[in-house]
Amino acid sequence: MINKEQTLLMNQSKKGRKAINLPSIGVPETSLPDSKFLRKDIELPEVAQLDLIRYFTNLSSLNYSIDTNFYPLGSCTMKYNPKINEQISAIKGFASSHPNQSDENIQGNLEIMYDLQNELGEITGLPAVSLAPLAGAQGEYAGLLIAREYHNHNNQKNRNIALIPDSAHGTNPASASMAGLDAVTIKTTNEGDIDLEDLKNKVNENVCVLMLTLPSTLGLFEPNILEITKIIHDNGGLVYADGANLNALLGITKFGELGIDICHSNLHKTFSTPHGGGGPGSGPVMVAKFLEKYLPYPHIKKDGGKFIQYKPEFSVGRLNGFYGSFGILVRAYAYIRSLGAEGLREISENAIINANYIQERLKEHYELTSSRRCMHETVLSASKQKEDGVKAIDIAKKLLDEGFHAPTMYFPLIVEEALMIEPTESESKETIDKFITAMIKISELSKTNPDEITNAPLNLPVERLDEAQAARNPVLAWEKK
Amino acid sequence: MSEIPKNLKYSKDHEWVEISENIATVGITLHAAESLGDIVYVDVNSLDKNLSQFDKFGEIESVKAVSDLYVPISGKVIEINEALLNNPEFVNEDCYDKGWIIKLEINDTKDLEELLNSEEYQKII
Repeated sequence: MINKEQTLLMNQSKKGRKAINLPSIGVPETSLPDSKFLRKDIELPEVAQLDLIRYFTNLSSLNYSIDTNFYPLGSCTMKYNPKINEQISAIKGFASSHPNQSDENIQGNLEIMYDLQNELGEITGLPAVSLAPLAGAQGEYAGLLIAREYHNHNNQKNRNIALIPDSAHGTNPASASMAGLDAVTIKTTNEGDIDLEDLKNKVNENVCVLMLTLPSTLGLFEPNILEITKIIHDNGGLVYADGANLNALLGITKFGELGIDICHSNLHKTFSTPHGGGGPGSGPVMVAKFLEKYLPYPHIKKDGGKFIQYKPEFSVGRLNGFYGSFGILVRAYAYIRSLGAEGLREISENAIINANYIQERLKEHYELTSSRRCMHETVLSASKQKEDGVKAIDIAKKLLDEGFHAPTMYFPLIVEEALMIEPTESESKETIDKFITAMIKISELSKTNPDEITNAPLNLPVERLDEAQAARNPVLAWEKK
Repeated sequence: MSEIPKNLKYSKDHEWVEISENIATVGITLHAAESLGDIVYVDVNSLDKNLSQFDKFGEIESVKAVSDLYVPISGKVIEINEALLNNPEFVNEDCYDKGWIIKLEINDTKDLEELLNSEEYQKII
């Protein structure tokens, strides 16, 4: 039920109303002393308990999450987070351990981290793993620091260029810049594959690393990956894989076998830990054996029968205070162990099948970026609908009215009016069919009644927001009228 | 179809340039403005700098994306449209007049040979 008349709590305030009436305490009352810490200029709402409870309960019912409905947000892999992961991470020994406890006291925790390092190493084919990065972008940053340190160590400080395709996630050039590297753009073809000629022209003795996303941000597998990694290696550079799309590759291929030296993986995507406001991220970095000595610390190793934290010989340093997001690591570990090797491969197979099913059913209605089979996500273009005045953003808003979260829009930047759809393996055919039906309905409507789309959403607590005005003149705090 | 003034020259990156004696005025085209959508921020960090043709002179941010801005002609950046910095919507409202972004002092016009006229620009959009 939607109550468009929801009044802000501040505006419900009536002088003298209280949430709690305490009984008299039977001792004389004294007023608080005057102090600069007692500010009188802050308006606080005076409301009854019932009104307070209703206010927040009603607001909470407006939350949209993977637990409430389909969330086809391309590149974000909004898959279901099995509740068993939550139960296991809540076991007292995990949840109550303190990061300052000695190694002897937390052997079980360290063993889980050690095993998870090995599992991620096996999955990606890059056996040396640090669980320290707190998010995908920090994993990228750690990976680039490792690449830079490797070259410095080999007396090649001149290598300060990161080659990055124009279809990359925006975090790639940002991470390169943070790591002190200059980002140089590599062109991609219309289908998002790396332009080999442009790559050959730009590779030189100053290249530190090539960063590429596999599958690409267009949801396609890079057909020339072996040639690309060879070109970079022949020039003395390293290859970094952005593992944001690892959900498509589990048990099918390994980064390490494709000539990639470094990658990261977002546990909060591929390994089903909460994200998108639902929990802290985690972006472990995986490297080939020859780069192990540069990993961030603490790194976990097994020494005799004991698990210990140590600092690798030429470590790039600490990324944060303690171990990374430990609770998230436990959830990812539980996910991997509950599925096993075969189960993980099925995850990727089903993610690919679901995305291709959507692509096939929608290709008559929306422009496809590529005629090739996609991997775990498909990128459609609303260029046909645009001719009738309906843009990708309008379609996204109309989907909200239909009860779905919007897909990723306007990314990759190289696709006009992009709509990037990632169903993940979690969704049933019935749910996916409902989404397809809504997408087809919107496409039909764009020809017959485009206004109904361009005015959407109409069934939500707020209608079309003025995004430009919100960005130009944001109002970030309540103001008394 | 986007309006393309005949008196301007255009880069493949969708900037326009107008030459008046040794001053070049630069902005982005209507096609670029429409593709970007509502502009929310214009950032120019190149005042007083000498730039070569197609060097980056700033960034423009819309509700969709951030894009780099490139000078279509070599020269020294001598003026920024201050009114635009506070009113980025000028780019959407009137990209060829109120929405101009920078002025360059130029030495010669030979760079213009690398640019497109209105008919050639029409063909690439």
